[in-house]
Order: sequence, then structure tokens, then C-alpha cells
Amino acid sequence: MSALLVAEGLHKTYGPTVALAGADLVVHAGEILSVMGPSGSGKSTLLHCAAGLSTPDSGRVGYAGRVLSQLSDAERSALRRREFGFVFQFGQLVPELTAVENIALPLRLDGMARRHAERRAVGWLDRLGLADKGKARPGELSGGQQQRVAVARALVAQPKVIFADEPTGALDSVAGERVMELLTLTARQAGAAVVLVTHDTRVAAYADRGIVVRDGRSLDRAGMR
Amino acid sequence: MTIATAFLALLEGQPRHGYDLKRAYDQHFARDHRLHYGQVYTTLAKLLRNGLVIVDDIESGGGPDRKRYAITEAGVTDVQRWLDEPVKPEQYLHSDLYARVVAALLTGRSAAAVLDAQRDEHLVAMRELTRRKTSGTLADRLICDHALFHLDADLRWLEHTAIHLDELAEQVRG
Repeated sequence: MSALLVAEGLHKTYGPTVALAGADLVVHAGEILSVMGPSGSGKSTLLHCAAGLSTPDSGRVGYAGRVLSQLSDAERSALRRREFGFVFQFGQLVPELTAVENIALPLRLDGMARRHAERRAVGWLDRLGLADKGKARPGELSGGQQQRVAVARALVAQPKVIFADEPTGALDSVAGERVMELLTLTARQAGAAVVLVTHDTRVAAYADRGIVVRDGRSLDRAGMR
Repeated sequence: MTIATAFLALLEGQPRHGYDLKRAYDQHFARDHRLHYGQVYTTLAKLLRNGLVIVDDIESGGGPDRKRYAITEAGVTDVQRWLDEPVKPEQYLHSDLYARVVAALLTGRSAAAVLDAQRDEHLVAMRELTRRKTSGTLADRLICDHALFHLDADLRWLEHTAIHLDELAEQVRG
């Protein structure tokens, strides 16, 4: 399997707090990778740096032949919009927009005409079992339904990598399982890799491979493969 | 649960032939350990001997006679007694995992490495169960979930113990 994204020797501090102390991450095309670790271990910071949402103090993130730190802000934004998708724990949907409009948002931001973008968004609603919720606003959806809309939005632009940070953290176990099953199934069908940050081993068990982050460093042991 | 008890539960629903009992047992109770025909007929012979089932019909045809078995009142009482008695919760007080941690500490080996290796092994098993669960029936899901919740509990214990390793090392080494 070829490496799609490689983060090497990442360091990041927030004031006196060391979040990353030489962390590494390798993501292969199409794989589902779990990133586990205790609270405060640096796993979310590692995800943010690997996805270009934060800039590490030192170290290097390479994606498909490009080095993220060598890109301009506009180039990094475009890369995130076209190549990456994101699912966070909560608060990621725009409350004023309907489910379809939320899903279509990455396409609209990238200049696609509304009609085309929303047609594609409707297709994703169907795949995530939300065919009758297209006109609902986030406040009218359950937590699990909102996360499924977020998964659809993450996948709509056909990204190569989905970054998911505790995607089931705010859900009960049944809704969480549904989200995980749909996230992993649809990502596999679309050929997208998933970087799944979680503290929950039952969620991490949906991955093909896992790494552990402890004290800002990654442990990638043979048995985790 | 024994094979005999499962047969009684199946027969309480309706009388069945031996082949039908095996098929229903494999579907509901066997999972990875399907019955051999020999087990079906030795179990039925024991249930007949103990008065828990009777032969209520015999079909004669070209081949051997086909006996149909039905549960007796005593059999129904047995099923009720089994369901009335909750499963004794495991005490988990003789943990091999804990023994390995202590042995590592006593011999100056890395207890953290023992915990890490075990964590990896558990996660591999959980991934396999999750794959099986997501492609299976509701029965598969619930059975895999039972295993997954137990493995998850072990993993929490491994994390919890990792936090206390230094303190435990001091106590173990006296």
C-alpha cells in the first residue's frame, strides 16, 4: 500500500504545554487508521497538524508529493476542501442551513453551481439513510442524524482522506455504532482513507490498523497492524 | 447451558424430529460449534431416559423410522428452573493478566511491555469481531457485542493498571 500522507517529527506547544513531542503519522491510500491515546496525549493535535488545520512548530507533513508548510494559506485551504473531509464531535453543521445545504457546502465553496451541488448532496443523504431529512435543519435532527449529515458532508467532495476526531463522542452507543458503520462503509466504497481519533476501543475496532499517541509521541507497534 | 437444556427449550416451542432439532440448535445456540448427529441422538436418549421428553410420533417410510420428540411437564419445569436461576457473575479475581504483570515486576522485566502486547492482542481480536458483527445478522451482532464489551473492559483495566505500574512495582518488590 502506498503512503498518501506522511507526518514526521511533529512538535507543537501551546504556551508551556507540550502537545506534540516528535509525533509521526503515516496514512496509506484507502485505509482506516485509528489514533488512540489518553486525554491530553496529543492525538487531536496530531490530527489537526496532519490535516493542515494547525501548523506544527517543527516537523514535516507531506501529502501526495506536496509539503503542507510550503503551501500558501489559500493553497492549503483548497487542498483541505478538495482532498480532505472532516467529521468532528459536534458543532460542525451550520444551524441555519438544511441538511442538503450543509452537505452541499464544500462543493458550493469550491464554486460548484447550487443545483449540481445539491443534487450530489441528495445522493449522499440517501446513502446515509436520511432520504426524508433533506429539508431538516440541524436543530431538528437527532445527534446521530446530525453526525450522519456530517459524514455525508465529509464525503461529498470525494476526498482522499477523512479526518474524524471523536466522531461518536457525543452519541449514545447505538447511534454511535450506526455512524461508525456508515462512515467506514461509505469511506471504503469511495476509496477514501480515514484517520479516526478516538479514546473508545470499540470505535477503534472499526479500523484496519491503529497507532497510540502517548505524551505527544506516536507508538506504532507491530501488533497494532 | 447444556445441549440438553437447549433441546428442551426448542421442544417447548413445538415437537421436532432429531434433524430439525439439530438445525434449530445450530441456528440459535451453536455459532461456531455445530452439533454432530451423534450428539443429537445421545442427548435425546438421555432426555428420554430422564422422562423430560417423549416420542410422540413415529413416521415409517422407505428408510429408518423418523421419531418426533415432545417435551414433558417435567421437561418444562426444567426449562423454567434454568431460566429462573441467574448466571453467576464471574468474579474475575484470579486474573492471568494481573499475574503476568506481577511476574514481570518480580523478575525485573518490563510490565509495561506486557500490558502493551496484551492491548495489541485485544485490539486485533476486537477488529475481527467488529468485521464479523458488521457483516452479520442481529444474532451475530449481539453475540459479537457481548465479546466486544468484555474485551473493552479488559482494555480499560490494562490502561488503569498502566497508570499504577510504578506504585505496584514498589509494593511488589517490597
